[in-house]
Amino acid sequence: MDLRLSIQEQGFRDEVRDFIRTNLPQDIRDHVRAGYPPRKDDIVTWQRMLNTRGWATAHWPEEFGGAGLTPVERMILIEEISLAPAPQPLIFNSNMIGPVIIQFGSDEQKRHFLPKIANVDLWFCQGFSEPGAGSDLASLRTQARRDGDDYIVNGQKIWTTTAHQADWMFCLLRTDPQAKKQSGISFLLIDMKTPGITVRPIISLDGLHHLNEVFLDEVRVPVANRIGEENKGWDYAKFLLGHERTSIAGVGRSKERLAYAKELAAKVNAGGRPLSEDRCFRERVALLEAELKALEITQLRVVAAHERQDQDKADPFTSILKIKGTELYQAVCELLYSVAGPAALVARPIGALADGEHLAPDWAAPIAPAYFHSRAASIYGGSNEIQKNILAKGVLGL
Amino acid sequence: MDFDLSYEQRELQDSVGRLLKDRYDFAARQRYAKEEAGWSRELWSHYANLGLLGLPFPSEYGGFAGGAVDLMLAMEAFGRVMALEPYLATVVLGGAALRLAGSSAQQAELLPRLAEGRLLLAWAHGEWQAGHEPFFVATTARREGQTWILDGVKSLVLNGASAQTLVVSARTGGATADRDGLGLFLVDAGAQGVSRRPYRLVDGTSAAEITLSGVGASALGEPGTAAPIVARVIESGIAAVAAEAVGAMQAALDLTVEYLKTREQFGRPIGQNQALQHRAAEMLMATEQARSMAMLAAMMVDEPDVRERERNIAMVKIIVGREARWVAQQAVQLHGGIGVTEEYAVGHYFRRLTVIEQLFGDAPFHLRRLAEEQP
Repeated sequence: MDLRLSIQEQGFRDEVRDFIRTNLPQDIRDHVRAGYPPRKDDIVTWQRMLNTRGWATAHWPEEFGGAGLTPVERMILIEEISLAPAPQPLIFNSNMIGPVIIQFGSDEQKRHFLPKIANVDLWFCQGFSEPGAGSDLASLRTQARRDGDDYIVNGQKIWTTTAHQADWMFCLLRTDPQAKKQSGISFLLIDMKTPGITVRPIISLDGLHHLNEVFLDEVRVPVANRIGEENKGWDYAKFLLGHERTSIAGVGRSKERLAYAKELAAKVNAGGRPLSEDRCFRERVALLEAELKALEITQLRVVAAHERQDQDKADPFTSILKIKGTELYQAVCELLYSVAGPAALVARPIGALADGEHLAPDWAAPIAPAYFHSRAASIYGGSNEIQKNILAKGVLGL
Repeated sequence: MDFDLSYEQRELQDSVGRLLKDRYDFAARQRYAKEEAGWSRELWSHYANLGLLGLPFPSEYGGFAGGAVDLMLAMEAFGRVMALEPYLATVVLGGAALRLAGSSAQQAELLPRLAEGRLLLAWAHGEWQAGHEPFFVATTARREGQTWILDGVKSLVLNGASAQTLVVSARTGGATADRDGLGLFLVDAGAQGVSRRPYRLVDGTSAAEITLSGVGASALGEPGTAAPIVARVIESGIAAVAAEAVGAMQAALDLTVEYLKTREQFGRPIGQNQALQHRAAEMLMATEQARSMAMLAAMMVDEPDVRERERNIAMVKIIVGREARWVAQQAVQLHGGIGVTEEYAVGHYFRRLTVIEQLFGDAPFHLRRLAEEQP
């Protein structure tokens, strides 16, 4: 047993750092460092750079553009991108639809979509949740009825992150209304330009447009865009949700935010002295660092277990990573909020977070919005309460 | 990076697990606690036969040349059954002091006896005034010819009553809380001037207050410069109790889950209630986070970079201390009334984990240290 990085692993880390130092545009880095969500163009630009090394899709099989890295190396890659900080590869493309097409797609789908997914020539969004199907996803009702070589889709998706920027949507749809919940669902790829699709924004608490409602009215989707077999979509969705989940701990992201909090605390005054000298602040930092260290090792243990076992079998232990990872990320965002103090309270208009009028320092502008938005982390991707159900059932047998 | 145990480590884990499973159920543990020493001498000789008592020592001294991971496995197994034997005092703490500071003559004399189960040690370092401060030592040592003379009172000496040889910290110079001027000394527990007041801790384990009045002692290492050794012995202690705590937390969690599955109220097992399922899931998470830290401790305890080592070991004690307390409290809570009784095991895990929380610095102490040392 040895938790230290091997010589090869250290070498790989240095290689990633070098690559980032040479290639990551400064303005992208600054934007992320300041705490703004990465812009669409930044994500695309950076993912294309990563893709030149296979690092946008590092965990894919090499024949489809993967980088042939070990799980530990992949973890290092994700962590270094977070620490830079730079945008992660688009999760919908690299971690969700890509692996599903590799596993279950037709040869034609692989040939057509995979290179474009890796390079974000096509931006995918995820059409899973519906107004009546959140945690109980299998109760979804949006229908696809067969009409010759097409399906006709009717219904509504919600919480569709980046639908307004997406070229395509991968969707779970009900193809057999008679069948038992999980059995009558199919997995379809839908071109967002198809007539009958309406995307309506949902502005989230950070004042920004990440989320959408997607209305589908007599939308015609070729049967050729179905993944795998009809009515087997639930199996593919389960695969998708269980695949490459170890990065959900977000250890690198939380570490980076904590480092930023320390950086800000050195320049923020509290009663005439830098906040960084305040004992309470320092103890809060120390505790978060200790908790992140524990999570980092728990993550390594889960990664190592995946290396030994069937990698496509969902591991209930990843629920620990999701819960602890999001809790710690939220705690770090709260810390940043308290570091900014009253300066964080000035509201800015949507889309112009830095007001340029110096009501408060520009660095303070994204702090409260990021804190508000961090609350979503314990809701999406299977709420933390659902994750606890998984642990209770899957690990403890309750 | 590698999380696999070696073949020998798995063998070790199996053999200790088998021994304790056969001989250390809760009823047996309560019987051992009633023995005169407060633990089982019979079990101690079994530990010797399995090689556990020589685990961290070089083979030329009769040891097994094991490392921190081996100790982690042994301590975790002891934690599961709340073993009462003075393994921490003798092998971990006393052993670390001998290993780190002893001359080859001292090691050759003492370690083989220790490994064979014929020598019990105690780490006589703490003093009531010190709190958790590692270098706060008022006990003095002065030189008289070839020997050293010690005066002072050592408190909370684990296994202090049974030990034949005491490893005592004392001051050859400097002010009471100074890092400089510390020495370590070997004292024969039966020597003139040693008086011992044995007592039990709240978890039933044995300790003693030891008064030293003009006691003759031999130096262990160079007197006056022992602070780094003292720090490392304490770090060994942290690594050991971290693993022990993980064993105890897992056992408390297992008991709790079993109880949730069997105890019925309102006509069904109480484990069908989501409030309780989620609490159990949170206990699992806390236990796994502590386990990760026990592994980190095993990796870090021999790390040559002092700052890195100290920082990481402090983080270990913070997380393990907090998670252990929380898991123990919840284990009691989910058991309801039976959880607060003397007759049932879960309350004893609570007690043991409560003691571990205080040993070698509690979480607030280590947090303060880390906060002070932040750049």
